[in-house]
Amino acid sequence: MSAHEFEPRIVGFLCRWCSYNGADLAGTSRMKYPPNLIPIKTNCSGRVDPTHVMKAFAEGADGVLISGCHPGDCHYINGNWRTAGRYPMMKKLLEQLNIDPRRLRLEWVSAAEGDKWARVVTEFIEEVRELGPLGWKDQVADEYEQQEAVSA
Amino acid sequence: MAESTNGEPRIGVYVCDCGTNIAGKVDVPAVVEFAGSLPHVAVAREYKYMCSDPGQEIIQKDIKEMGIDRVVVAACSPTMHEPTFRKAVQSAGLNQFLFQMANIREHDSWVTEDPVEATEKAKHIIDAAVHRVVFQEPLEAIEVPMNSDVLVVGGGIAGIEAALKMADAGHTVHLVERDPSIGGHMAQFDKTFPTLDCSACILTPKMSAVGKHPNIKLHTYSEVTEVDGYVGNFKVKVNKKARYVDIDKCTGCMLCTEQCVVAKVPNEFNESLDNRRAAYIPFPQAVPLRATIDPERCLQLTRGKCKQTCVEACGPGAIDFEQKDELVELEVGAIIITTGYQTFDNERIARYGYGQLPDVISSLEFERISNASGPTGGEIVCKNGEKPRSVAILHCVGSRDENYNEYCSRVCCMYSLKFSHLIKEHLPETEVYQCYIDMRCFGKGYEEFYKRLMNEGVVFIRGRAAEVTAASKRQAETEGKLLVTVEDTLLGVVRHLPVDMVILSSALQAQPDAKEVAQLFGFGCSSAGFYIERHPKLEPVSTVTDGIFIAGCCQGPKDIPDTVAQAGAAAAGALALVDNRTVKIEPTISYIDPEKCSGCHICVGLCPHNAIVYDAELDAAQVIEAACKGCGVCVSACGSNVPVQRGFTDEQIFAEIEGALA
Repeated sequence: MSAHEFEPRIVGFLCRWCSYNGADLAGTSRMKYPPNLIPIKTNCSGRVDPTHVMKAFAEGADGVLISGCHPGDCHYINGNWRTAGRYPMMKKLLEQLNIDPRRLRLEWVSAAEGDKWARVVTEFIEEVRELGPLGWKDQVADEYEQQEAVSA
Repeated sequence: MAESTNGEPRIGVYVCDCGTNIAGKVDVPAVVEFAGSLPHVAVAREYKYMCSDPGQEIIQKDIKEMGIDRVVVAACSPTMHEPTFRKAVQSAGLNQFLFQMANIREHDSWVTEDPVEATEKAKHIIDAAVHRVVFQEPLEAIEVPMNSDVLVVGGGIAGIEAALKMADAGHTVHLVERDPSIGGHMAQFDKTFPTLDCSACILTPKMSAVGKHPNIKLHTYSEVTEVDGYVGNFKVKVNKKARYVDIDKCTGCMLCTEQCVVAKVPNEFNESLDNRRAAYIPFPQAVPLRATIDPERCLQLTRGKCKQTCVEACGPGAIDFEQKDELVELEVGAIIITTGYQTFDNERIARYGYGQLPDVISSLEFERISNASGPTGGEIVCKNGEKPRSVAILHCVGSRDENYNEYCSRVCCMYSLKFSHLIKEHLPETEVYQCYIDMRCFGKGYEEFYKRLMNEGVVFIRGRAAEVTAASKRQAETEGKLLVTVEDTLLGVVRHLPVDMVILSSALQAQPDAKEVAQLFGFGCSSAGFYIERHPKLEPVSTVTDGIFIAGCCQGPKDIPDTVAQAGAAAAGALALVDNRTVKIEPTISYIDPEKCSGCHICVGLCPHNAIVYDAELDAAQVIEAACKGCGVCVSACGSNVPVQRGFTDEQIFAEIEGALA
């Protein structure tokens, strides 16, 4: 598959207070960005569990974006610090699984930064496009099902 | 679309056209067909405006007649209409948390260029919502006590009006103002358009009413530094800056001001046209009428050495150089933000000569010059003390200009007309030129005022001024004058107007720290820095954060009547909340099953709100429901996956991921 034909599939976890509203602002300001990212809303970026990220890759995502409030602006005082703390761990985990850690990105986008949201999404899509398809879904589907059975 | 029920979920998907907002980009019939093919979807429909009554009735009818027990509405942002649809499903007998919103407008149709791509994205977004809603469970909203006190941030006319309305309704109102006195920009104005009421005459009675009101706690020279909590129960920290004067002892006699040896501090209230002392009261009608010592200019405070003539002069012994900033903690149920505006920095347009040519002045400077309590005692004079024989007023300085601000500042045409009238009133022989792009006189009585001015002999020139220069000294007739170059687009000629004074009608802009303030309180602002209302038409004074309202020029440039109207609306919005004893909040909080919890304590330390305690008897962590705010940090931190966040369970999020990538 050539780079031109490949359209990356990306899941974005957006905190409800800052990034979701920032993405809304990009909309009300009619800023344009590529459609590859499907947003999922959580109350806080701190809710995003490493298993959510793994689940997204296992379901066929080529990239995962986590976006929360700027440090200091978190609606839950320091929930986003928990995210920031977890982020390097998640990156390490991806490395161990042979996934390029650049496929996971953490960004701070405030409710006022519609322009930043549009820019971040555009840049991330381009970066993942260059990394090419992950194809993890087919590789580890069986393994994942086994793991899920254990944890359930 | 099966009709029978066998315990399987029966989902109804409703896709909104939103007029052409969605349907203009997304192929809605194709999306509806796709939604109808998804597992468990019993019905999928399209409607022009789902949020309208007939739209809501479609959903309610399906719930009642088709046994729909899960609802997905694909429309705008949940910030906009989630409450609308939750209410609609609840009143049809379905628990409101069995509803999920798919945002295909702000996150799709408005941001995607290509219609085919937008349609595909809408399908993914809806698929995610359909997958998720299968796992959603009925929840009951949690009722918590409502604090009946209110906070107003900003003491201009908007804040004053909102505070008085709510205080009159019997609520304790905390009014926080950054400057030493309330009053805002309106206190600087001379007259107000189009009625030509004296600004001070209509404002100062309200200011003193605020000062005297038993229900208003005034915090001047103070700034909000921290905001925590949620609707009904906000906790706010306010930094009361040291004014080095005990305001309980100070009588406002101004003897300290007279004796202060630091005489050359630019007087902000008079737009630096004259000086004040380091010990000062901003203006004679200030509320509170109390002295402040400028910490940046006072010799004692900057160098630690001064004769302290102010201390000697102060009878009640109110001056206290040891005073420190004080942190005040407030608890309120609702907040109104009325932080106002700043005017455009005229020096950014170098060709108008502001800051270089002494008689090129700003609109606020003219307000002070024409004001009887201003630095010239109301005499309209040039910098050399002579009365101008001709004045040009240049419109749209920093507004309607892509280089600075694209928007129209709304008030400049009208205040420019007011200036013309005041000049003609003071100096009937003086020629007045208005260089305008369009005259925008839209308000009640405004067009009539414009007509009146045309009959007062003001010359209107249609064209944005190109530049202002000092006239050549070699030509005797224009020596010492300013030359305004403007293309008169009605006559099709370039004119050079020799005038004695040029007034720049400066644009209204957002406060320099507008973005920080928006972040502090948790709502958005536009790229120009004006605060974003929840809905531009139907919720013009609400923000995305429940219980926080906005009013006045912090929301966008506007005149005094509109500002006062918004302040009243914001006060009504806040009162509609704080008049209740309780407030319902989202039940999306965490639960820990003591049977499964091993009592490892990890979540206890991570909870940002100290809402998790270790129960020794149960040997398990437990969530204090009233303190939990639903961030979900404990859920993602637990090694054994024990805490569950209602409404955001792993099952629900996993399903949403599956749907998004299906």
